[in-house]
Amino acid sequence: MTLQFNDETFRDDYTFKNSQRAIDRFPFPFHEDSYMYSVNMEQHRGGPKDSIYEMRFDVDEHYVAEMRDRALVLADDPLRCQSLPHMTLAGWDLLEVIMVSKSEDYPDLFELHRDGDTWRWVNKPLGIDDTFTFMDETTLPYGPLEYITRQAQGDFCVLDQREENLWMDAGMITTQADWSLDFDLGMNFFEWHAPVPLAHEKGIFTRALKFLLSIQQGAPARRLNWTMTVNPLLDTSPENYHKWGIQKTSVTPENIGTKQHLRVELQSFFRLPRSNALVFPIRCYLCSFDDLMTKAKWGRRLHRVIRDLPDELATYKGFIDNRQMMLDYLSKFDDGLPTSDGVFANEDTEPALKV
Amino acid sequence: MSKFEFPTSIISRPVYGTLKARSGKHHLMIADAEGAEAILDVATPDLMANSHIIYIPLGTDYADKLRALSPAQFYVGPTYAASVSRIRRVLERSNMGLNIYLSGTEGLMGQAQNEAMQAGFAHSAIQTEHRGSIARRMQCVHCKGITEDVEMDPFVCSHCGLNLFVRDHYSRRWAAYQGVCIDAEDPGNVPASKGIYAQGDEV
Repeated sequence: MTLQFNDETFRDDYTFKNSQRAIDRFPFPFHEDSYMYSVNMEQHRGGPKDSIYEMRFDVDEHYVAEMRDRALVLADDPLRCQSLPHMTLAGWDLLEVIMVSKSEDYPDLFELHRDGDTWRWVNKPLGIDDTFTFMDETTLPYGPLEYITRQAQGDFCVLDQREENLWMDAGMITTQADWSLDFDLGMNFFEWHAPVPLAHEKGIFTRALKFLLSIQQGAPARRLNWTMTVNPLLDTSPENYHKWGIQKTSVTPENIGTKQHLRVELQSFFRLPRSNALVFPIRCYLCSFDDLMTKAKWGRRLHRVIRDLPDELATYKGFIDNRQMMLDYLSKFDDGLPTSDGVFANEDTEPALKV
Repeated sequence: MSKFEFPTSIISRPVYGTLKARSGKHHLMIADAEGAEAILDVATPDLMANSHIIYIPLGTDYADKLRALSPAQFYVGPTYAASVSRIRRVLERSNMGLNIYLSGTEGLMGQAQNEAMQAGFAHSAIQTEHRGSIARRMQCVHCKGITEDVEMDPFVCSHCGLNLFVRDHYSRRWAAYQGVCIDAEDPGNVPASKGIYAQGDEV
């Protein structure tokens, strides 16, 4: 398959759009008609053909535009990419994992030629053809973490493992759901999750940490997380919240279908070989309500999930003020029929919406 | 002066204890204002004979009482900023057996703890005791500027002028709590400021 890359924006005029293929493979995150936190981990060993789970690092039609948006964010705020001094080796590990994975998974788009420590990296979509010396920072235009994550969709947290904990000691964070790398840098797993409501009490983070500490090289894991975003804005950072927060008030009953987006994060976890660090890519997928409602099952289910979500979660996820407007819209796509188990839309078997 | 009981909060928020004399040849005590009381409470002649006290009075009159303890070394600094190079020098030449005692405001303890951690001391090995002002050192998440001694919530960032609310989310690296714009979704609609620990909405 040859990918066509969209010429689109995630800011200002917001020309972002999902193709039919992108809607079909959107990672709808709700496997049942309700939602509560859980340690919903599974092995990241591929998935259905053409799904976002198939490859180690999914490359889709938004790749080139997302990398352009990342470059804009970094030009405004270089602190979105930071690495504490002891994390450079992990940066090289990550560079290797991404280059090897992408060149194997997408040989028509990426090439990696290795001759000892002399590596040639070809990234056709971004027009990059660089030769450098592996483990020699002076031969790259950026540090290894920044270099490779300017060419990979999604945010990347690079976590040091020590004292039976994980430490947020490096990252490239430009598409985040309202948390600050610059503030959280150096925190441990419990500290950076401190503001999350309800989950600590449920023991979620204790169990999740235990799982993550035991992840082995070559056996990555994954889970989904979600929130809501008005407009297809990737950079929902706290740094810029005073600029984008106002957009939440621009939703009306007339435009909610196109403006309101379900934001889903594919979080994956890879053990890195030399540093023993854990890399935690957080890949963001956006889908407008209108596009989601083209799948009968997703329409029914999203209505029920948003309707029954505890207020604390709707507040934490930042949409409590718009929840009623969402429900007014979503209720038109819920005829009360039962839904099938699992996240997939099952269009062949799920009944059409009764009107 | 009675000690303030901070309400239970999220896990990134620091908790402080009560200073206890530890055995060892070298003791470094850094305190500001009423933090002197915690040193006075723990001081013994033996401990003081091996102690270096760095003290920032901030307008209080405890310095003479501390001096009267006859510590091995005693320094009074006008501000934390003026004292920090001395603190760094002391930490740098110390071995890992140094006992570190911090007391006073959260801002003083957080910044001194950060210096000690950068010098290689584990944060868990550093004793702290809060005394005096409950004001916070706040970082504006938007402009990154630090505003010292914040007692009210919301407050105005002393650097960029945005109206910020006071979170309990805390960074040891910045030795600061996080301040976030309170009227981003409704510009100009800023609730009246109240004391950080006034009854109500911790975020």
